[in-house]
Amino acid sequence: MSEVVVLVEGLEKEFSRGHPVVSGLSFSLRRGEALGLLGPNGAGKTTVVHLLLGLTTPTAGKVEIFGLPMPRMRVPILERANFASAYALLPSNLTVRQNLMVFARIYGVAQPREKIAGLLSDLEIGRLGDRVAGELSAGEAARVSLCKALLNDPELLLLDEPTAGLDPDIADKVRRLLRRLQVERGIAMLYTSHNMRDVEEVCDRVLFLRRGRLLAEGSPAEVLRRFRCEDLETLFIQLAREEEEILPEEPGGNHSGSG
Amino acid sequence: MNLRRVGALVLRYTYVYQRSLLRLLEIFFWPAIDLLVWGFLTLYLQQEGRVLPAGIAFLVGAVIFWDIIFRSQQGITLSFLEDIWSHNLLNLFSAPVRVTEFVAATCLVGILKTLVVGAYLAVLAFCLYRFNLLAIGPALLPLFANLLLMGWSLGIATTGLLLRWGQAAEALAWAIPFAIQPFAAVFYPVSALPFWLRPVAWSIPATHAFEGMRLALRGRSAWGELAYATLLNLVYLALAGAWFGVLFTAARRKGLLAKIGTQ
Repeated sequence: MSEVVVLVEGLEKEFSRGHPVVSGLSFSLRRGEALGLLGPNGAGKTTVVHLLLGLTTPTAGKVEIFGLPMPRMRVPILERANFASAYALLPSNLTVRQNLMVFARIYGVAQPREKIAGLLSDLEIGRLGDRVAGELSAGEAARVSLCKALLNDPELLLLDEPTAGLDPDIADKVRRLLRRLQVERGIAMLYTSHNMRDVEEVCDRVLFLRRGRLLAEGSPAEVLRRFRCEDLETLFIQLAREEEEILPEEPGGNHSGSG
Repeated sequence: MNLRRVGALVLRYTYVYQRSLLRLLEIFFWPAIDLLVWGFLTLYLQQEGRVLPAGIAFLVGAVIFWDIIFRSQQGITLSFLEDIWSHNLLNLFSAPVRVTEFVAATCLVGILKTLVVGAYLAVLAFCLYRFNLLAIGPALLPLFANLLLMGWSLGIATTGLLLRWGQAAEALAWAIPFAIQPFAAVFYPVSALPFWLRPVAWSIPATHAFEGMRLALRGRSAWGELAYATLLNLVYLALAGAWFGVLFTAARRKGLLAKIGTQ
């Protein structure tokens, strides 16, 4: 069994008293595994990512990454991790290369110019190096954001809707690249998306959240079998619209195990 | 504290000035306008036969030194606002950046700004009004340092407010230094203030620095005032740091870092 990179136990988050955004969440993520975090708007997916990044502190529960407690050991953890989000753009008044150079220095990347050139080339945006970030299309900006996320050769990659706003061709290229990097380098990847195609192609295992609670967990095929659905899109809609929790019994009755 | 990361953040904020005419105006245009207005006002008063102590030096010196406080404060708050405006806070704080490294970088940006603006205004004041900043003598350096520290305290405290209230508090970035200006005896001595306001004035580090400047320009010792200014600055910096720490912790608890980073 490969090494556990992320361990979450009994995670709770309330922004206002009595209104939990994340409730009793437990899961783990292993080296080389891609875990999809799914759920409708307001399910708590982004909050979970922010808790893992130490941007937000938990109300209760434990987050350990690389065996270190988050947020207490935030900096050594984040030196080995990275993050990209469709909602966290790089400064629009700097060029792509300047933006990437700043983050390369923050992460202490050796030979940053060569690293940046290689990543821009891998993501087929080598021509954008001297363009101002604010002039990029959504697809270009998303790929630049991914370049930033890969600068430090992360062992853990947290991706919050990385293909949002991309056309199907670019989204497909990004998915293939992520899958290739993840397999080749054994990156542990946590992936939130509303695009079920993304999840089916990229993720080994999925967690379905609704109102901050874990509703289902397993490989995409297992989850589909359990809920007797043909595809994740249909299951997503079904779970999102369900008023009452419809957890089917699992062997052992464990619905929120650490996986 | 990791100096490499501090340097990376300073690089990020200085890149902005390479690409923005508006940011350059903030350094070169507005300070020059202030100097022109106050300089010509003083010339006019002199022509009208008003007797001004130490001639034109007080007001022109006050403009230059006030700008040191203002640019030092702006170095911190505008750097933070840059990251709010460009939705970069999420990227920044999801990177291995300690909050102390972030604050140190913005303080360094404040130093760079004040050095550039201070030198530029000193040259301009000499060319236009024959005002020699070096006439202040050896007190010049501690005077500059005290005003820089005061600007840092204001900048750190203002950034705390921005963390808590986001862009809704943006106007404070410009308003806070001017809110203390009337009580800091910038353009007039403390004795010009009513009695009941004087304790307020003396509790502000900048007041001692500006009184020190006037003493130095009269050829008298400014060291006593500068020592008071330094002590008060240390207290102000400690309070500003504690205030920022409390608000940063609250911002992380309330999820505001992520929220204002994407609003």
